[in-house]
Amino acid sequence: MAEELLKIQNVSKSYAGVRALDNVNMSIGKGEVHCLVGENGSGKSTLIKIIAGVVKPDEGEIIINGKTFRNLRPIDSINEGIQVIYQDLSLFPNLSVAENISLNQLIVEKRRLINWKEIKDIAKKELSNINREINLSERVENLSIANKQLVAICRALIQNAKLIIMDEPTTAITKREIDYLLSVILDLKKRGISTLFVSHKLSEVLQIAERVTVLRDGKKIGDYSADELDYDTLSFYMSGKEVVSSPFSYEEKHGRKPMLEVKNLSKKGDFKDISFKLKPGEIIGVIGPLGSGRTELALSLFGLNKPDSGEIYINGQLVRMDSPQKAISLGLSYLPEDRLHQGLFLRQSVQNNLVVTILKKLLNKFKLLDHNKKYKYAKEWVNRLSINVPSLEAAAQALSGGNQQRLVIAKWLATDPKIFILDSPTVGIDIASKNNIHNIIKQLAREGMGIIMISDEAPEIFRNCNRIMVMIDGSIVRELNTVDITEDELFDMLSSN
Amino acid sequence: MLGKYLKETRTTTLFILMVGAFVVMSVFLPGKFLTLSNFQSMSSQIPEFGLLAIAIMLAMLTGGIDLSVISIANLAGVGAALILTGSLFPQLGGGYGEILVIIVAILFALVISLLCGLVNGFLIAYIEAPAILATLGTMSIFSGIAIVITRGYGITGFPESFLFIGNGTIFSIPMPLIIFIFCVLIMALILNKTSFGFNLYMLGSNPIASRFSGINNRGILVRTYMLSGFYAGLASIIMISRVNSIRPGYGSAYLLQAILVCVLGGVDPSGGYGNISGLVIGIIMLQILQSGFNILAFSPFSKNVIWGLMLILVMVLNFYSSSFSKRPKKLKIQ
Repeated sequence: MAEELLKIQNVSKSYAGVRALDNVNMSIGKGEVHCLVGENGSGKSTLIKIIAGVVKPDEGEIIINGKTFRNLRPIDSINEGIQVIYQDLSLFPNLSVAENISLNQLIVEKRRLINWKEIKDIAKKELSNINREINLSERVENLSIANKQLVAICRALIQNAKLIIMDEPTTAITKREIDYLLSVILDLKKRGISTLFVSHKLSEVLQIAERVTVLRDGKKIGDYSADELDYDTLSFYMSGKEVVSSPFSYEEKHGRKPMLEVKNLSKKGDFKDISFKLKPGEIIGVIGPLGSGRTELALSLFGLNKPDSGEIYINGQLVRMDSPQKAISLGLSYLPEDRLHQGLFLRQSVQNNLVVTILKKLLNKFKLLDHNKKYKYAKEWVNRLSINVPSLEAAAQALSGGNQQRLVIAKWLATDPKIFILDSPTVGIDIASKNNIHNIIKQLAREGMGIIMISDEAPEIFRNCNRIMVMIDGSIVRELNTVDITEDELFDMLSSN
Repeated sequence: MLGKYLKETRTTTLFILMVGAFVVMSVFLPGKFLTLSNFQSMSSQIPEFGLLAIAIMLAMLTGGIDLSVISIANLAGVGAALILTGSLFPQLGGGYGEILVIIVAILFALVISLLCGLVNGFLIAYIEAPAILATLGTMSIFSGIAIVITRGYGITGFPESFLFIGNGTIFSIPMPLIIFIFCVLIMALILNKTSFGFNLYMLGSNPIASRFSGINNRGILVRTYMLSGFYAGLASIIMISRVNSIRPGYGSAYLLQAILVCVLGGVDPSGGYGNISGLVIGIIMLQILQSGFNILAFSPFSKNVIWGLMLILVMVLNFYSSSFSKRPKKLKIQ
């Protein structure tokens, strides 16, 4: 390994008795591209905050450029060339590219007056240093996410960054943009600048990193060279569990008549000319990057986004999906993309969250709520999907991500749907829960439910669907059967689009 | 668990405060507070602003507010008064009995209040106007219409039997109090035992999730504001009967008090939380203070200052108590 830039020795940190980090060692060499992976709550964020000097470790020391810090302050960290780019990038959307890049520099120099020419010069120089070009006077909010990242990187470089830490940089960008980011990183590497990625997307981790450090429950599991890892071993290291994922095979035992048929569905600005059929027992995967129109299409099918033209047939009947109530009455359910805001009533009890879709079943003959029945129903569903709850009265926000998602799934299964649309069902969920949710979905399909699963993770789609539709810029560009390709082929196909 | 515990302690705290206020008033105003006449006057005032407070609570539970309740009460009261005095449908008084006139007047008032609520509900649910602006606008419109109709003068002189509603007693319990208790029980039933009530709370705690769950948000909102208007109409009938007159602007002091009682009673102004028992305790507590201030001959202006200060104080306390209850949660996440 090259010369060490950063070394973390025996670092521990506890919050209210919970050990967030337990005796962690890690080192990053000059010019190295390093990846830090771990599930939610594994201590990744705490570790980054310690490196940035924002959080003080209880024990251990941090050595940067050979200097030992026992009490690292944020300003020390910055002076030593450590720059953190958080997930939201912390840019000023209403300011120009040039201003965003140069502003920190001016603040550090405590300038009171602004020299516009100087602002542009600084920004131009920094961009040309990494051989990239962006219109300097464009407002940052109009840039693509990849270019926004570039602006954030330039802003970091201007402060003599030697190590750039990027928190979940690939969550919102497309394959092509990831490649672009990677090429920028390689340029940085040539200049001896190191990068530390924090990510939970395993396939991308393997694509980008040279070395990978895995954290689990605050402990370091190990350092690995990216060459010696593959998706399954990495997910094993992260979760500590051998995840058995059985591939889904569709059997045509529930009839061949499509339960859902979409013909030439279009909505201006969202999607165009979408046609497909869903048969009972099928799981169709819709894969495409953020902004490809995948969620808008799902919303249209659920009556929340009125299409401009095209037809939707349920069991051969032409229907107008003008409200979620209509969609539900036709046997549709929709697990929304944003579990916290669209799926759950966070402050309401588990019980209330569960019965919200089936209230009509809980009324007695005077049309009044039967609270005993409500309790029984809620209890039954909590047991059926093994949702781990402190009590039925606990607020939904007290549950872990996996349990919250099972709660939303349960609330829909209670309506006894025929067609279930799941939008990004396992985002931000630990691997064991993820697998459990996948198994639930596959079991539902085997029982004859028609399922549409939307995701931007190729392995998730490949391993759980029998048919895949690739959606780019509002159109379905490819439709294929999972059995006809390998996971790598799917991955390549997505990269080339 | 924690949430429930806090919710329950909140009602208990409120109850203890109410008892405290009662004891303080009894001790420091001997021979004035603990009198039958004082209790009678208290129980005749509680129903009026109590019903208005319930009306505002309903809107608050959806995350909105209804500033127009007093104006609705005024307009409905004017409508009823026009029939009661024979200015509208004078033929009713002729061949038909007095009772029929009274029934028609009450129904007319309630229909007006439902229509006013419908206007609010339409603006908020379909035009998606912020509730505070929509009802501020309609507040001005409804009371404006009432003033135009009456040219600003009061209408007085209602049939004798109509006055029973506001002044009569059954087994020496004032009639308004009986009506109020009945209305509170009905509202408790609506909120806790009907699907409308359940959906109202869900909509209030997260309107996006309720829409995604197939709840008809617009329908719920329209019905909520209509119900709110309806309770304002009921308040107006009691009010005009008690004072045997109506003049636009009656009860305008109740608006601040009704909002204060809601917040005091634990209704979350951002929606989704609050129950009728907390509200009722808040109403009684405010009335105890109110009559104490009356006995001490506080001017209406100084009372206004006190109510305003109380409203701010309750919100400051809410802020600190909620940041206390959030603290352990933050630690858990780490």
